Amino acid sequence: MSKKVKKSLKIVSQEKIAEDIYSMWLQADEIADNAKAGQFLSLYTRDGSKLLPRPISICEIDRENRRIRLVYRVTGKGTGTEGFSRLHSGVALEVLGPLGNGFPLEEAKGKRVFLMGGGIGIPPMLETAKELDAEKTAVLGYRDELFLDDEFKNYAKVYVSTENGSAGTKGNVLDAVRENGLDADVIFACGPAPMLRAIKAYALEKGIPCWISMEERMACGIGACLACVCQSSEIDEHSQVHNKRVCKDGPVFLSTEVEL
Amino acid sequence: MIKTSVNLAGVELKNPVMTASGTFGSGMEYSEFVDLNRLGAVVTKGVANVPWPGNPTPRVTETTGGMLNAIGLQNPGIDVFCRRDLPFLKKFDTKIIVNVCGKTAEDYCEVVERLGDEPVDLLEINVSCPNVKEGGIAFGQNPKALEQITREVKKYAKQPVIMKLSPNVTDITEMARAAEAGGADVLSLINTLTGMKIDIHRRTFALANKTGGMSGPAVKPIAVRMVYQVANAVKLPIIGMGGIATAEDALEFIMAGATAVSVGTANFYNPYATVEIADGIEKFMKEQKTEDISELIGAVK
Repeated sequence: MSKKVKKSLKIVSQEKIAEDIYSMWLQADEIADNAKAGQFLSLYTRDGSKLLPRPISICEIDRENRRIRLVYRVTGKGTGTEGFSRLHSGVALEVLGPLGNGFPLEEAKGKRVFLMGGGIGIPPMLETAKELDAEKTAVLGYRDELFLDDEFKNYAKVYVSTENGSAGTKGNVLDAVRENGLDADVIFACGPAPMLRAIKAYALEKGIPCWISMEERMACGIGACLACVCQSSEIDEHSQVHNKRVCKDGPVFLSTEVEL
Repeated sequence: MIKTSVNLAGVELKNPVMTASGTFGSGMEYSEFVDLNRLGAVVTKGVANVPWPGNPTPRVTETTGGMLNAIGLQNPGIDVFCRRDLPFLKKFDTKIIVNVCGKTAEDYCEVVERLGDEPVDLLEINVSCPNVKEGGIAFGQNPKALEQITREVKKYAKQPVIMKLSPNVTDITEMARAAEAGGADVLSLINTLTGMKIDIHRRTFALANKTGGMSGPAVKPIAVRMVYQVANAVKLPIIGMGGIATAEDALEFIMAGATAVSVGTANFYNPYATVEIADGIEKFMKEQKTEDISELIGAVK
């Protein structure tokens, strides 16, 4: 039997940390024991009319207390994530996990690493920063309001960019890299597709390996339904076509393995 | 001793619970959650003569009490399927039903013929997928075409043939009779209902394919009605499906006339659903002092 399980987890705490951004700690027990940086959990709503699980990346793992922290965005009124944001500590939530592969930390050990996060792609980089034994530079891209940036300072040198220039570099994470003359040997990144596309191009230009965490609409979350595929550069062994499953083969891919 | 086993065209299933094609892969992923030995049968995802890439993403979206999918029958092709998926399934004490898809009658027949010497118990012919442009539903919406493809497939099939019916027709009993006339051994229904969802913020379709197949608890009453109608129209055994998430749901289909049931969308939100349903049916039978499940099949008249 696998290390993935579906079970009811108690919410330990929940707080709003920025506009529409919430931070929730779950008493995850064996799911916390088995979890890795860059993996995700599937959360089920308590509303029977909303069937599909919501995949949410793991922001932090507290191994001692066997807890997992999720930092997620409320995507709109009446959505599943809005439902999660209304839940208080002590309430139980159905969760499936841990899912996906996570970041290959060993590939960056001892090297100079960029940990790049964009928007709601920032949270999974926090546990990655925490666990990675390397010379870490976190480059975090926001629309305007910052979140989690202070927490990254415990583990990495932190640079930020904002679209409106209200903090850090005006522009995106790569603008922040250029403005500050930053350099790295390896990149780990998570964020929206246009950002990942630009980071992939940057890594190719610099000739450095880059791992990106992708996102796609999912149903099962475990690799059976083939909803959340992304295009692969080569024919994939499992699918026998140019498709990889984001939930099972990813969400973290070597950037050259996938087409963006 | 309670008897839960059912017979589909001479194939004895230990219980009536199977998986709906396309929701369970070939069982590998779900075998990490459920003991496949506990299932009456595993119905695989549709397999074609060559690998199919499927549709662009997004391929799924949620609807109230259901979902739409437009995967487009992505599959690794029959060669890899026979080399990798069948040996895996063979390790379990469950019946193997392979769902077959194709673009032309020749495609279907090629796969069916190829499976003749493989350890497969039944074949399910997918003539009802709403998400592919060729084949699929094109064969399943015209009674003459359905009768003909059934007859063609039967020429090549060494195993009993299940024809999977589409609900996207004016009268499903007409299609059921056509499949029966063509020589089908079993009918399965319903495949998904064609639907559409618009993303009003992006002013576009929620699915890249524009339309998708609707499934989940929201479609169950339609499916139960169709199973009841078909059960009263043909003599063939029926595999009922459409929104089954609990043993109670499964029992509705059985009482409407289904010999077996398939669990589909429920796997996505409860990976343990299949075994829970098998257990639940047995519990219901004990409580009701029903000794043989055949007493429940078509119990409503």
